[in-house]
Amino acid sequence: MNELLLRSLMPSVLAILVRRGADFAAGEDAVQDALVEAVRVWPADPPRDPKGWLVTVAWRRFLDATRADAARRRREDLVDDEPAPGPAPEVDDTLQLYFLCAHPSLTPSSAVALTLRAVGGLTTRQIAQAYLVPEATMAQRISRAKRTVSGVRLDQPGDVATVLRVLYLVFNEGYSGDVDLAAEAIRLTRQLAAAIDHPEVAGLLALMLLHHARRASRTAPDGSLVPLAEQDRGRWDTTSIAEGVEILQAALARDRLGEFQAQAAIAALHADAPTAGETDWVQIVEWYDELARLTDSPVVRLNRAVAVGEADGPRAGLAALAALDEAVPRHTAVAAYLHERDGDLATAARLYAEAARKAANLAERDHLTRQAARLNARRDR
Amino acid sequence: MAKYLLLKHYRGAPAAVNDVPMDQWAPEEISAHVQYMNDFAARLETTGEYVDGQALAPEGTFVRYDGEGRPPVTDGPFAETKDLIAGWMVIDVDSYERAVELAGELSAAPGAGGKPIHEWLELRPFLTASPTITECH
Repeated sequence: MNELLLRSLMPSVLAILVRRGADFAAGEDAVQDALVEAVRVWPADPPRDPKGWLVTVAWRRFLDATRADAARRRREDLVDDEPAPGPAPEVDDTLQLYFLCAHPSLTPSSAVALTLRAVGGLTTRQIAQAYLVPEATMAQRISRAKRTVSGVRLDQPGDVATVLRVLYLVFNEGYSGDVDLAAEAIRLTRQLAAAIDHPEVAGLLALMLLHHARRASRTAPDGSLVPLAEQDRGRWDTTSIAEGVEILQAALARDRLGEFQAQAAIAALHADAPTAGETDWVQIVEWYDELARLTDSPVVRLNRAVAVGEADGPRAGLAALAALDEAVPRHTAVAAYLHERDGDLATAARLYAEAARKAANLAERDHLTRQAARLNARRDR
Repeated sequence: MAKYLLLKHYRGAPAAVNDVPMDQWAPEEISAHVQYMNDFAARLETTGEYVDGQALAPEGTFVRYDGEGRPPVTDGPFAETKDLIAGWMVIDVDSYERAVELAGELSAAPGAGGKPIHEWLELRPFLTASPTITECH
């Protein structure tokens, strides 16, 4: 049995329960129960209609739970009104579930957890392991999130941008525990792209595919980071790159540019270069200019300074950097890199060491420390 | 989402506002303090922000490798050690501001006279795993 296929049925099964009158929180619990049951039963006795089977079992679980809960006697009417089992309606409310789980009233961490469970079909234990918190903590986070959105009707229109931010967060979390969150984010974004025709959804999907394509080459066997310029391009996943580029081109052709399409365009230009030296930095700078117009983010301007350093030389990059606030994360790391390119190894080594002290993540800190050590060893020789 | 370590010091932090050693509190004030700490952890569990918490004995041992085939060398405890950790709590929160807010609440735990201790707690961010999208140079 394919676990991904099973989980892909989760949102539409849940949407059917909610449409039949189950409240979101209880319905979601019932669908989780049905998934566990499916994992147990299907290998020996696969159903002809998996989705219909899940709907039937989940609905029965929902009714059992409702009956068992004395405080919920008011639902007795609903219990008597049990619909006849039959083919599940074909209307797909998957999109509405995405909106609900990314509702603006939720904090980012709650939205992420709820999306992974209710849309992704992951268990609380898997989500807890992926985010390195106790299962009890994650269970509470999810049940609070459900309470927060309990008053939100499922048929209210939502904002695609909030959904995309949640999926972007999941993707960025990468890989820990036994769940590959980057792959899960791609699956959920792909599923979203099938449910709604929106250039930024396509842009985010393209961005994820283009980054994911480079994953194998981004870390050395010992776990250390490999800079883009030093990555073994032969290990890039050309199938993912081709798909990402195709999705991006179709999105860009619609002439409704957004930040994810612009980011994906930059990723595509990197993916397109057979060697680091052949990267079209001039075009990358132009895309960063677009991106800065769209977002006005200091991180974008920092990355633009790197691109300017490649397109017009390190002095031009340092000039672009000088205009930026030094408090932007990774500012010092970029300064170190540009000074090294400019031949000022003493300054570069000092800045790499300083950047390492400021780094917010472990692999990046180790990488920057190594860069400082490399330059110091070269100067001592 | 970010994890923070809340560090409570026996020694090494600036003096608290209500700075009376615990052995000079009334017994019910100690109970109230312990209750406050337990309630705080329980509340963080219900908000989905609790990761871990432990208290440490004040007296520890320093240990170091002493070469191939030799047992490790132990030493201490050292009375002159300036920084002495009393315990920690790990929280997983949405923002630095939320971490500061929670640390402030924990620092309000009652002490002598049933008044908040206003103890200085140290807040340290965890180094995170590497994000997927950022490239390095």
